Amino acid sequence: MQYMKPSTATEASDILARNEGAARILGGGTDLLVQMRSGMIEPEMIVDIKHLDGITDITAEDGGLRIGAAVSGQRLGEHEGARAMWPGVVEACELIGSTQIQGRCTMAGNLCNGGPAADSVPAMIAAAAVARIEGPKGARDCPVEEFVTGPGKTVLGKGEFVSSIFLPARPKAASDAYLRFIPRTEMDIAVASAGVNIVLADDGTIKSARVALGAVGPKVVLVADAADAIIGSKLEDPAITALVRACEAAASPIDDKRGTVEFRTTVVGVLAKRAARIAMDRAQENATGEKT
Amino acid sequence: MKNIHVSTTLNGDDAEFVCAPEETLLDALRNRLGLSGAKEGCGTGDCGACTVEMDGRLVCSCLVLGAEAQGAQIKTVEGMAIGEALHPLQQAFIDHAALQCGICTPGILVAAKNLLERNPDPTDTEIRYWLAGNLCRCTGYDKIIKAVQIAAADMRGA
Ligand SMILES: Cc1cc2nc3c(=O)[nH]c(=O)nc-3n(C[C@H](O)[C@H](O)[C@H](O)COP(=O)(O)OP(=O)(O)OC[C@H]3O[C@@H](n4cnc5c(N)ncnc54)[C@H](O)[C@@H]3O)c2cc1C
Ligand code: FES
Ligand code: FES
Repeated sequence: MQYMKPSTATEASDILARNEGAARILGGGTDLLVQMRSGMIEPEMIVDIKHLDGITDITAEDGGLRIGAAVSGQRLGEHEGARAMWPGVVEACELIGSTQIQGRCTMAGNLCNGGPAADSVPAMIAAAAVARIEGPKGARDCPVEEFVTGPGKTVLGKGEFVSSIFLPARPKAASDAYLRFIPRTEMDIAVASAGVNIVLADDGTIKSARVALGAVGPKVVLVADAADAIIGSKLEDPAITALVRACEAAASPIDDKRGTVEFRTTVVGVLAKRAARIAMDRAQENATGEKT
Repeated sequence: MKNIHVSTTLNGDDAEFVCAPEETLLDALRNRLGLSGAKEGCGTGDCGACTVEMDGRLVCSCLVLGAEAQGAQIKTVEGMAIGEALHPLQQAFIDHAALQCGICTPGILVAAKNLLERNPDPTDTEIRYWLAGNLCRCTGYDKIIKAVQIAAADMRGA
């Protein structure tokens, strides 16, 4: 095996393109090293992208935030601006693994690994985050909800990798939240999860919303019906009921020892409901500048 | 397979080693540098026995390549004592029986030290969450949490 440490994006995509199928990108390595050590994958080359320019930076852009692909979970959590603007994304990312995993894991790696239970992904999709992809033909952007095409499969083509994730600007009266269910309190993989992002109108009703569900299908899903269920409401009971029904309808989970189909379907509705309420409280607080 | 030459800073001192590209930092520390404090409990990031500090952050050294240590600041349990003087955490773990077999202990000490540097006065809950990635199969967590609290108080000069 070879270990490569490119210093520019061009060099990185060049190495990846020339070694298609043989090379693997190394971010924080918390998925990759586990897969290598278990013999699940045997790459001939590792391309460590952590030394590219700007890849460990968090920068303000167009009122939003650009998160470098090698920014660790812990580093994102330390960024006050990110916590204030996208608390749901930050709390989702901070749920990944232990303190030790947080020191290394990245949102980009979480996304590129392509797992349906990846914690930061529903929150990123709810946030309408956009992945910046570098490749032989230069940079392109891909909305996170279109990035994963199936378990472990992504839109990345030959020589391509993710260089950053963009979290867009948002109005003041808005917020987001993420919740997952695990049988323990820490260190486990989501049995079901939900990310909710809402924007309030001047009258306090929900003007726009995005709801994404994790671990209840082959990939994370954006559920338009769930968002429609709460748009125009203040999360009164009928809206909540419609939200829960829409999430249950969108869930097509597997049955396994960690949760039955019935359990996952019920829980994902409950999580969406609770995440919506948290996002609502946060948005109201942002709108009025007061704690509700 | 070409071996890689790595220059790093280990517990404050310059260190050099040669390792295979797929070799983990844990194996490099133990087999190339003779530092056997970090242990391999699982090799999958779950147990924390291999915990070391890398550029100020805790990592599972079983999930870091030795090659990634190039230019980094690595701190291990071997760097905690100053000469014969044990770190307050080490002393508290001995005095308050916070270890039995000791396999988990180096990882827990390194993790707890990093916590106390960020938060000198943590609650029990904060300590438990911080150490959630450090498994102990024999002592039980109560004594460990208590020892961290005693060391924290000691370090605050209380
Ligand atoms: C003990 C433990 C607990 C965990 N707990 C959780 C959890 O609670 N929730 C959760 O969601 N995950 C969990 N994980 C999985 C893992 O930590 C996350 O998926 C993490 O976000 C992966 O990020 P990374 O940077 O370490 O990825 P890496 O391991 O570096 O990469 C993951 C995959 O993506 C590819 N890749 C990485 N970066 C890029 C890039 N920029 N462009 C293109 N491809 C790239 C790699 O080639 C690899 O295939 C856990 C893992 C461990 C070991
Ligand atoms: S040996 Fe590294 S976490 Fe268990
Ligand atoms: S003392 Fe034996 S594992 Fe903790």
